[in-house]
Amino acid sequence: MTTQADEAVIDCRNLWKIFGRRADEAMKAVQERGLGKLEVRDRFDCVVGVQDATFSVGRGEIFCIMGLSGSGKSTLIRHVNRLIEPTSGQLFIEGQDVNQLSAKDLREVRAEKIGMVFQNMALMPHRTVLENVSFSQEVRGHDPKERRDNAMRAIDAVDLNGWDQKYPDELSGGMQQRVGLARAIAADPSILLMDEPFSALDPLIRRQLQDKFMSLSAEMKKTTLFITHDLDEAIRIGDRIAIMKDGALVQVGTPEDIVTNPADDYVADFVAGISKLELISAAKIMTPVEQYEQMNGPANKDGWPEAHPGQSLDDLVNLSVQTQHPVLVKADGRTIGVVTKNALLRGIQGDVADAAGLKH
Amino acid sequence: MADTEFSILDPFSAVDLGLAESADGVKQWAIANRALIQPVKKFFNEMIVGIDTALNAVPPLIMLALLVLIAWQAAGRRVAILVGVSMVALGFLSPNAWGLAMTTLAIVVSAVVMSFIIGLPLGVLAGKNDRFEAAIRPVLDTMQTIPAFVYLVPVVMLIGIGNVSGVIVTVIFALPPLIRLTSLGIRGVNASVVEAARAFGASPRQILFKVELPLATPTILAGVNQTIMLSLSMVVIASMISVKGLGNEVLRAMGRLDAGKALVGGLGIVILAIVLDRITQGMGQSGRERGHRHWWQGGPVGAVLRLTGKA
Repeated sequence: MTTQADEAVIDCRNLWKIFGRRADEAMKAVQERGLGKLEVRDRFDCVVGVQDATFSVGRGEIFCIMGLSGSGKSTLIRHVNRLIEPTSGQLFIEGQDVNQLSAKDLREVRAEKIGMVFQNMALMPHRTVLENVSFSQEVRGHDPKERRDNAMRAIDAVDLNGWDQKYPDELSGGMQQRVGLARAIAADPSILLMDEPFSALDPLIRRQLQDKFMSLSAEMKKTTLFITHDLDEAIRIGDRIAIMKDGALVQVGTPEDIVTNPADDYVADFVAGISKLELISAAKIMTPVEQYEQMNGPANKDGWPEAHPGQSLDDLVNLSVQTQHPVLVKADGRTIGVVTKNALLRGIQGDVADAAGLKH
Repeated sequence: MADTEFSILDPFSAVDLGLAESADGVKQWAIANRALIQPVKKFFNEMIVGIDTALNAVPPLIMLALLVLIAWQAAGRRVAILVGVSMVALGFLSPNAWGLAMTTLAIVVSAVVMSFIIGLPLGVLAGKNDRFEAAIRPVLDTMQTIPAFVYLVPVVMLIGIGNVSGVIVTVIFALPPLIRLTSLGIRGVNASVVEAARAFGASPRQILFKVELPLATPTILAGVNQTIMLSLSMVVIASMISVKGLGNEVLRAMGRLDAGKALVGGLGIVILAIVLDRITQGMGQSGRERGHRHWWQGGPVGAVLRLTGKA
């Protein structure tokens, strides 16, 4: 974990959401008797949307929730701004229990603290781009000039200058989603909720928007909860990733953790097809220098290429093809490990344990 | 009266629950509460007469020009030409046709305004609340299908003959489509757009006025259009309770078998219906469907703005 719970901006504790008329009964049965998802469905005719989700997102962190459709990720994200009320559990935003807020305070939090981007854009077709982007400030009754300035800044940030007087249906899909992004950041909220924002776009546009989002995000440092069904996207964007299945968080960790250390077969299946070139670092696959020398005897390391422990497999491949020698991994000027060509090949396959020479 | 002997095979003729007699009580109540009803009636009657007088006070040619301008603004040049030609034809139907048409227009305008004031809130409520929708649906069905003569009698008993009763009878018949279509329009608003509005902190009231009503406007205007059409179809029946105008011409023509008068009244109503229909249909279309961004960029307003160099 990169953050402590006490500095968490979004703190979700044992959150449950059960849909259906007898949700409360079902919840009780789950807590008292530990009923499973299928039993709840058969006995109470209820659907478990989210089961026992606990996670926290630190300030400035991008936290991705990855799961297939129907895994409950969109339900989960809607608890953060209480578009959906939980059946049980708590959710804190900057220490404030969202579910204890009055309707008025909740509206203020939604407008001032949280920006949300939707998969289907959900722009208002009867309003111009500018009116869409300034909507949250308009409902708060902010000064027209101030909200116009803020909105224009947001429109500028997503490279849509000159489009402010157009209507959403005059824009392409990618541009519409940039309007969605501008609307989310216009009021300068501290939290961004991204509900599969780029899923409906074609791959090239998606890539462009991911880049745009990452550069904006690096600049603005907003705490972000990012939902996606695309593991590549989660890995590209997320500081940490949670894998969600059937309403439960199966694994939470850094992209490297998830890829190199899948918690179960489900996650393993997911990460199987992922390119490891950018994810795995030299430190993960190197053989410690003592072990290397034990096996191969002391060697003359003149002319061996050098890398630092954080460099990716991609970099190591580039270094390695220039020479016959293994690559040295150096930290603070001291050699700590050696990456052989075999280890590198195993690493590309994602087999970290084998690559590091532990099975030799 | 139930004076026949009870027979198990024909129980109905022997039992009298007194439903018809109890309806008579309405009349007694109305007579007893005359002092309460009459001032209200007077107020509304003066309003209707006021609209009538105003419409008739405008010289026909100026009225014609106004209607053409309104049609141009609301629905474009072609509809404006149609409206102009139709209204000229109406004027030439008979020397007094224009005046009668204005009187009928006054009744229709009053009925539509009343329908809008009552129907829009009820329609919004029905669109938001399933239970209310389920409760109001049979009432609306009744209002639309029950023969007008059935409620003509109690309304006249309560309020007496005249314009106000005419408007009430018309509203009863013309209101349902407005409520239905308002509800339909509100229900048809994209749920994800409403969710987005909630997510950005809009209150239920703001969601209604800034999102739902604007997006439902085309459907609501279709309802207004239907209400206008149904109001016009009621003018003959309303004329039976002494409402003046084109309907009265038709009624009198029937009494005297005067085909000429019937033709004037009938054609007049049809022409008025076409004119009002085209104008309100044009309003339902957004300006952007006709190729300009805002409503003030087209029609006569747009032309004036362009001439004065403001756009």
